[in-house]
Amino acid sequence: MPRLRLFSTPAIVLRRVDHGEADRLLTLLTPTRGLVRAIAKGARRITSRKAGHIELFARAHVLLAQGRNFDVLTQAELIEPHQRLREDVLRGSLAHYFCELVEQFAPEYADSSALFDLLAEGLLWLCDVADPLLTARAFEMRLLTLEGYRPELFRCVQTGEPLPETVPAAFSPQLGGVLSRKAAEHCRDARPISAAALSLLRVLQTQQPEVWQQLRPEAALHDELERITQAYWHHILERRLRSQAMVHQVAQG
Amino acid sequence: MRLPGIGPKSASRLAYYLLRAPEAVSLELAQALQELKASTRLCSVCFNITETDPCPICSDPSRDQSVVCVVEEPLDVAAIERAKAYRGVYHVLHGVLSPINGVGPDDLKINELVARIRRAQQTSTPIREVILATNPTVEGEMTAAFLQRKLSGLSVTLTRLARGLPVGGDLEYADEITLSRALEGRQPF
Ligand SMILES: [Zn+2]
Repeated sequence: MPRLRLFSTPAIVLRRVDHGEADRLLTLLTPTRGLVRAIAKGARRITSRKAGHIELFARAHVLLAQGRNFDVLTQAELIEPHQRLREDVLRGSLAHYFCELVEQFAPEYADSSALFDLLAEGLLWLCDVADPLLTARAFEMRLLTLEGYRPELFRCVQTGEPLPETVPAAFSPQLGGVLSRKAAEHCRDARPISAAALSLLRVLQTQQPEVWQQLRPEAALHDELERITQAYWHHILERRLRSQAMVHQVAQG
Repeated sequence: MRLPGIGPKSASRLAYYLLRAPEAVSLELAQALQELKASTRLCSVCFNITETDPCPICSDPSRDQSVVCVVEEPLDVAAIERAKAYRGVYHVLHGVLSPINGVGPDDLKINELVARIRRAQQTSTPIREVILATNPTVEGEMTAAFLQRKLSGLSVTLTRLARGLPVGGDLEYADEITLSRALEGRQPF
């Protein structure tokens, strides 16, 4: 008999699917072991003592036993349920989007404490901040920085010259930043970016949450930011995220 | 081919069993599967699985057609019917919203529900109440919240199944969402 190895860890439930008669298969993000797939036996039964503690997006303290194919979740204690994500369709859709994004970068069974902290903070923001779409853009900006894709927003990526907000600018996903529209003439994937959008992205990249959380951009500005950031993600991930379609649909009302 | 609930181990057990059983067993099974596919369909009103269209529940004159209980799966209809406490009709969504798994509103029978309510409003038996009986999970509640947005302005009363402690459960082991809802939903004793 192999020795049963147990480990106890904080975890966020990124994804889960029904498994067998009454089990759930969970994809968890943990600080020290990255992505962990664990089976929660009997979690679909209404009398399950674990079920409420391992809902989607929940942050919990879990005890896992290492198994052959999957780890087995043996105990779970809820730390943060993120109640508002259950009740608000836009915030809930964005939570799916956050988790799907994080899943793209999380390593399996390796340290990912910075990613864990970012997602934990992002999900709390999603519950509290007045503008959930702005929250998404701020979350993306932090994730891009963390994963080494921090976009250059202050200097022209072609000439290296500082780019004041008064100069008409463009954004190139391929070059990973802004350039003057003049320089952009020779850049195939550059798209114009308005002064308002650039200024807001700069705030999101450099300012503390207390600053950007006060802002309430209008719908047109949100649309522009969404187009720019989606083009950048598409370039980085080379595919569209599944949850983005739903976010877009819900945000459009 | 994959069947829900059947892992590689169960699949090989079933295969061994069928290989060793008399040929008649396999033939019988094959025939039963064929008949299942040929004789069942979705009810064109409520989208439950049925052999007749409309299904026995939709065509039962003693059922209250003005109350529609919206559930995720056909198995949920069976569960509520077993309780013998509900006299209205159903609407089966065939899933829940799950953006991360690529399941959006158009993949569920949501537009069909809106159309059904609109149709009924033109008749002498309009739908007055829609019970959102999706599961009390994140996905189920998000689906209910989405339906609430979709159905607002259709002049139907929306209700949700009461949520609280499961029978046979133990307070000590309840999570905080269940507990806070059980407290909110407390009733005179
Ligand atoms: Zn029917």
